[in-house]
Amino acid sequence: MSLRVLLATTALAAAYAFASPAAQADEQYFPLQSYRVGPYAADGTGFFGGFIDYMNLINTRDGGVSGVKLTWSECETEYAVERGVECYERLKTQGKPGPAAWNPLSVGIAYAMIDKIAVDKVPLITINHGRTDSTDGTVFPYVFPLVLNPWSEASAMTNYIARRDGGLDKLKGKEIVVLYHGSPYGKETIPIFALLSQKYGFNVTEIEVSHPGNEQQSQWLQIRRIKPEWIILRGWGVMTPVAIKTAQKTGFPADHIIGNIWSNSEEDVTPASDAAKGYLSITTHPAGTEFPVLQAILKVVYGAHQGNMRDEKRVGSVIYNLGVVNGILNVEAVRIAQDKFGHRALNGEEVAWGFDHLQLDDNAIAKLGASGLVEPINVTCSDHEGGGSIKIQQWDGTKWNVLTDWIAADRALLRPLIEKSAASYAKEKAITPRVCS
Amino acid sequence: MLYPKTGMLALSYASHQRLLHFPLNRWLATVAGVLIVSLPLYGGDYIMGALAIPLLALSLAAIGLNILTGYAGQLSLGTSAFMAVGAFAAYNFNLRLPGLPFVASMFLGGVAAALVGLLFGLPSLRLRGFYLAVSTLAAQFFVQWTLTNFPWFSNNNSSGVISAPKLSLLGFDLSSTAGRYEMSLATVAGLTYAAIRLARGQAGRSWIAVRDMEIAAAVIGVPVFRTKLAAFALSSFYCGVAGVLFAFAYLGTVEPAGFNLERSFQVLFMIIIGGLGSIRGAFFGTALMLIFPLLLSRFADAALGGTLDPGQQENIQKILFGALIIVFLIAEPLGLASLWKSFELRLYRWPFRS
Repeated sequence: MSLRVLLATTALAAAYAFASPAAQADEQYFPLQSYRVGPYAADGTGFFGGFIDYMNLINTRDGGVSGVKLTWSECETEYAVERGVECYERLKTQGKPGPAAWNPLSVGIAYAMIDKIAVDKVPLITINHGRTDSTDGTVFPYVFPLVLNPWSEASAMTNYIARRDGGLDKLKGKEIVVLYHGSPYGKETIPIFALLSQKYGFNVTEIEVSHPGNEQQSQWLQIRRIKPEWIILRGWGVMTPVAIKTAQKTGFPADHIIGNIWSNSEEDVTPASDAAKGYLSITTHPAGTEFPVLQAILKVVYGAHQGNMRDEKRVGSVIYNLGVVNGILNVEAVRIAQDKFGHRALNGEEVAWGFDHLQLDDNAIAKLGASGLVEPINVTCSDHEGGGSIKIQQWDGTKWNVLTDWIAADRALLRPLIEKSAASYAKEKAITPRVCS
Repeated sequence: MLYPKTGMLALSYASHQRLLHFPLNRWLATVAGVLIVSLPLYGGDYIMGALAIPLLALSLAAIGLNILTGYAGQLSLGTSAFMAVGAFAAYNFNLRLPGLPFVASMFLGGVAAALVGLLFGLPSLRLRGFYLAVSTLAAQFFVQWTLTNFPWFSNNNSSGVISAPKLSLLGFDLSSTAGRYEMSLATVAGLTYAAIRLARGQAGRSWIAVRDMEIAAAVIGVPVFRTKLAAFALSSFYCGVAGVLFAFAYLGTVEPAGFNLERSFQVLFMIIIGGLGSIRGAFFGTALMLIFPLLLSRFADAALGGTLDPGQQENIQKILFGALIIVFLIAEPLGLASLWKSFELRLYRWPFRS
């Protein structure tokens, strides 16, 4: 009997669930494949929290982008590819006239979506991560690894080490270990570090930490045998604090570990407590709430108790601020596209045009109240990265201190490789690259 | 009397061996078949792309594991490793032998998985039960390690991710959602039919004999070792093809970590909940494990609609799903297939009660 009731309820629930309400007209819809549970929840909540808070700010303070309100809905992926694909299928028909842009914050999910969004003609934003060769906008018109692609990151980090050690020629013979997350994201830089080590003559050992990364004894045993001068940590989620703690146990100094762009938030170092003191990491967007846009979020959104972060103290953390930066770039792309196509809800292809012309100089960024938070960006039809510089920050036990000015990647070195890789993808998929005039 | 039993005598081998004995069942099956095949006409992209295709692919893996664990009694935790072998082998056959039709690469992917399965089935000669399960774990780690450490398998892609080739058959483009669905459906239907035939034939009887008592099976002349190895090979073949479908028809991309131990457990739970030693149970179990969480999440979205923190909502769904599995298993410890069977029996007796 109870089973029959159960089955009946299930059927009813199913019928209800599939008849989801349609969104209203003239709203710009952002599907969010977020993750708030699982080993990467700390990053997911921070990033999507910042993104949502910024969109909320735009809606409340400005009444939307030129009168077009922003809407969004979330779908939990747990950072797993098949759930991300399900979410994509679930959300892609929502909103009118369809999604503005996808922001999955997972290289694995992004890879799975690349073919699909090319058919749908909706931009896929992989800020600071993603498939490196999608920087070539002629082959990937709808994919945008904005600000810093993984290869630029590797190159810029190498340049920082060279600067610390007195020049690129001093890199010769040095031992560098790259400790990377065992996922598509972590593996993306394997060939580029190999290439850089050949070019500059340093020895690189690339060691994988398998997902989720809470067990690293054997990796650090290997590191101990190698005795590297620098460790580049390409961590994610729980892997980063575990690495920092294990480094302390192994006796490796924290100030010679450089965390990459996904190992650079407060959530990564606070669990490691004292072990993280002196830990270095790169960033494209500093922590802090002193920026006018963050102040506005605190006042307008959190003042009205509409904030997305349950712990308001996390507002202004590095990963949260990245969410805000991502929000700014998405909204500005919509704004730029609106100026061309009209002040209405735009379809994915029109928003993609906006991303193709996403150019923000210091002036424009100051107007948004984000001076010092957002790096000037110059996306073009063929260059979908538009940035490529990092700063180095150091954790002093309570907060991040920025140590350097912008350090640029050797983009001239990377560009031919990106084009070559993109060309081979185009050949495999029989894509005719578009012409960027 | 929906199912009159009078006159239901089998007068020939052919009629004895048919899948559905009752004429009404044949009618129902025909209607269901037409509905399933014509899904692209009325089901949207979401139903096909996000529900039906993974359901078909994972059901096939569940059938594979059911052959090995449910019928032949060999506990295995290597399912997702064999799926990975299938997916990567099919990709490489497709890439390195240009002009090979995708169906052929899929078949060869299955064959490659079968060979690997054969290899990892060898310990079953001496190991039983949980000890065998642990030895199949080796397959899990070995395969993942191989695929990660030799970039050749993923065509030197920097991320180790392979992306699906264009799916086509005899010049027809199958890369649309409907095309991928029909391709998966045809593959799974064919292989399911073969599995049913095998399970009902001599092979199936040998598996069950080995499962129930090895010594007795050996005494009555069942070649125990060969039977076990055949079950391993066949099961891995099914898993391999399932891996190809999951990677190329559903995700469109695959990385070695996507076929991790969690997936092996997922498939194992599918056949436990669906019913061990039942082909139909594999489908039921997969449907429950795959579709139910999605229904819950969509229902929660529609009902709560942002009143709750999305993270909390997700956790509550997990608790609910776990509780429901316990309820199902208490109601019917032998799995959903057995529940179906008692329902069928009731129908046969209707309007009488037992």
